[in-house]
Amino acid sequence: MKEIFVLTEHRQGEIRDITFEMLAKGRELAEAAKTELAAVLLGSNVKEYAKILSEYTKRVLVVEDAQLENFNSETYQRVLASIIKERKPLLTLMGHTSFGLDLAPSLAVSLNIPLATDCIDLGFRNDALTVTRQMYGGKVNVNCLLKKAESYIGTVRQATFPAGKKSPSNGEIVEITSPLSDEITEKRFVKYVLPPPGGVDITATDVLIGIGRGIKDESEIPSAEELAKALGGALACSRPIVDKGWLPDDRQVGSSGKTVKPKLYIALGISGAFQHILGMKNSDLIIAVNKDPKAPIFGVADYGVVEDLFKIMPSLKSKVEELKK
Amino acid sequence: MDVIVCVKHVPETAEADLKINPKGTAIEESGLVFDINEWDDYALEEAVQIKEKFEGSVTAITVGPEEADSTLRKCLARGANKAIRLTDPKFEGSDSFATAKILHNVIKDLPFNVILTGALASDDGFAAAGPILAELLGIPHATMVKKIELNGDFARVNRELEGGLEEVIDVKLPAVFSIQTGINEPRYVSIMGIRKAMQKETQVLGLAEVGLSENEVGESGSWIKTEKMYVPPVEKQAEFLAGAPEEIAAKIADILKSRGLV
Ligand SMILES: Cc1cc2nc3c(=O)[nH]c(=O)nc-3n(C[C@H](O)[C@H](O)[C@H](O)COP(=O)(O)OP(=O)(O)OC[C@H]3O[C@@H](n4cnc5c(N)ncnc54)[C@H](O)[C@@H]3O)c2cc1C
Repeated sequence: MKEIFVLTEHRQGEIRDITFEMLAKGRELAEAAKTELAAVLLGSNVKEYAKILSEYTKRVLVVEDAQLENFNSETYQRVLASIIKERKPLLTLMGHTSFGLDLAPSLAVSLNIPLATDCIDLGFRNDALTVTRQMYGGKVNVNCLLKKAESYIGTVRQATFPAGKKSPSNGEIVEITSPLSDEITEKRFVKYVLPPPGGVDITATDVLIGIGRGIKDESEIPSAEELAKALGGALACSRPIVDKGWLPDDRQVGSSGKTVKPKLYIALGISGAFQHILGMKNSDLIIAVNKDPKAPIFGVADYGVVEDLFKIMPSLKSKVEELKK
Repeated sequence: MDVIVCVKHVPETAEADLKINPKGTAIEESGLVFDINEWDDYALEEAVQIKEKFEGSVTAITVGPEEADSTLRKCLARGANKAIRLTDPKFEGSDSFATAKILHNVIKDLPFNVILTGALASDDGFAAAGPILAELLGIPHATMVKKIELNGDFARVNRELEGGLEEVIDVKLPAVFSIQTGINEPRYVSIMGIRKAMQKETQVLGLAEVGLSENEVGESGSWIKTEKMYVPPVEKQAEFLAGAPEEIAAKIADILKSRGLV
């Protein structure tokens, strides 16, 4: 019987959330297609993970090999290609994460099977995969149809599907012998590095003023900083502000930055790309100022202001200062 | 070191009021400003820095219509030695797989040690052309690259993971690296510099010269096809505060006060 695969993403001793999100979506797809869900787990000494995964799926396919200890697209690709060739799953899901992005495209080419990346929904129509994706920074959605094939690969956007509940009964754990024989030398893992911690911990701050590319120039940052100070908070930002070197790394909010949950998040000139939203959507109160009424940030904000941020910033600062008197 | 950098000419859409065409298959492009894809801008800078450090050449290559020449001119002005544009009406509708095949068929005959692409294109967001190209060429790749150190046969690169974490890996050369924003500071070029670059030649190749057949490119050569484009359904919408800036500021201040935030 054809299966639906979910590739387990784990790093530094933890199964990552995206795995459970994909297992939930995978189960729904498997039920609709009358197939079975299987988690695929590659690693070294990962029996504990297999046990956890078996609570969520019919089957866990485990390959253990010292060369699979840390993620490496070269070793992972070889092992997955061999499992996919053998079992011909209808669909293999992996995260649209740094891990999945490094693996899915070359794996799809090597197996000659179609790939859809960054999916926010997936389904089947007449045995062909259909997906929903976003384009132009989330301003449009696109329904797509994939070329007819026996097997597909899809990368799934993080925090899009809620993680599911455990299954009523535990699935079976199937050990597969590693197909790796020689040492893979094209790519070698060296180490993990974390940027050194900076002065301000935005994850521990109650009020954050998040600034985005709409702030236009580095010279405008002090006025945003003043507003943050008036509110007893700190400045945070979207990625382009860090890329330009206007604020240090540890002020970045989003998937490749910090996840914050302040009591108040005011987004100034941030469009609301999903990578940013991932990092701030659980804030208690979100107020967004953006001159584009269609900016996706208004989809997560509690209050929205369609206006030039440079008109709002100074007025808000003086109103807040008045109130404090 | 010979470096090839793949670039894409894309519309700037963050501040634009996007309109979808009546057929619901694409956005209306008229009125939009196009420029080099943000991620490619960093890839281009990295390519030029490698050339400056190790000597060699930079070739910028794009798949796109005539208007994409302005992006290629930017590449030439910033330090690329050569520019190639691959174009054909048959390329229309190509996804990242078809696009990578087109690039591959030309790149395979060029000298290179390193190929750079952007981590993704801001229009379609596929984030796949670089590693697909690598697999077609039979060479390794690394995506989401934030740092490159070339050491002879290997490159030591930092890949960005989630939450600020990076991994350091060694990758055998030649290789394809897809570049994440923030890896460097793209240099500024003057309008004069771009004008001067207009004198440099851009090579233009079509389907026949690329050496692919019709069904390998465009929609028929792609994995994925657009069926319908639409404005995302609104699940939750902010309550909009209207008025003059001072009135809005007063409303926000009241909200903050009622919540005990000031
Ligand atoms: C793998 C990966 C990881 C990423 N990680 C992150 C991350 O962790 N965090 C993150 O933020 N991004 C991240 N990004 C980048 C993300 O995709 C967006 O490019 C980025 O969030 C856009 O930042 P922005 O909203 O500030 O800029 P833009 O999208 O350019 O938006 C600027 C906004 O400002 C508005 N504006 C302009 N002028 C004014 C004005 N005067 N007044 C009011 N509004 C104005 C515009 O209407 C526009 O909506 C990541 C991308 C990738 C590929």
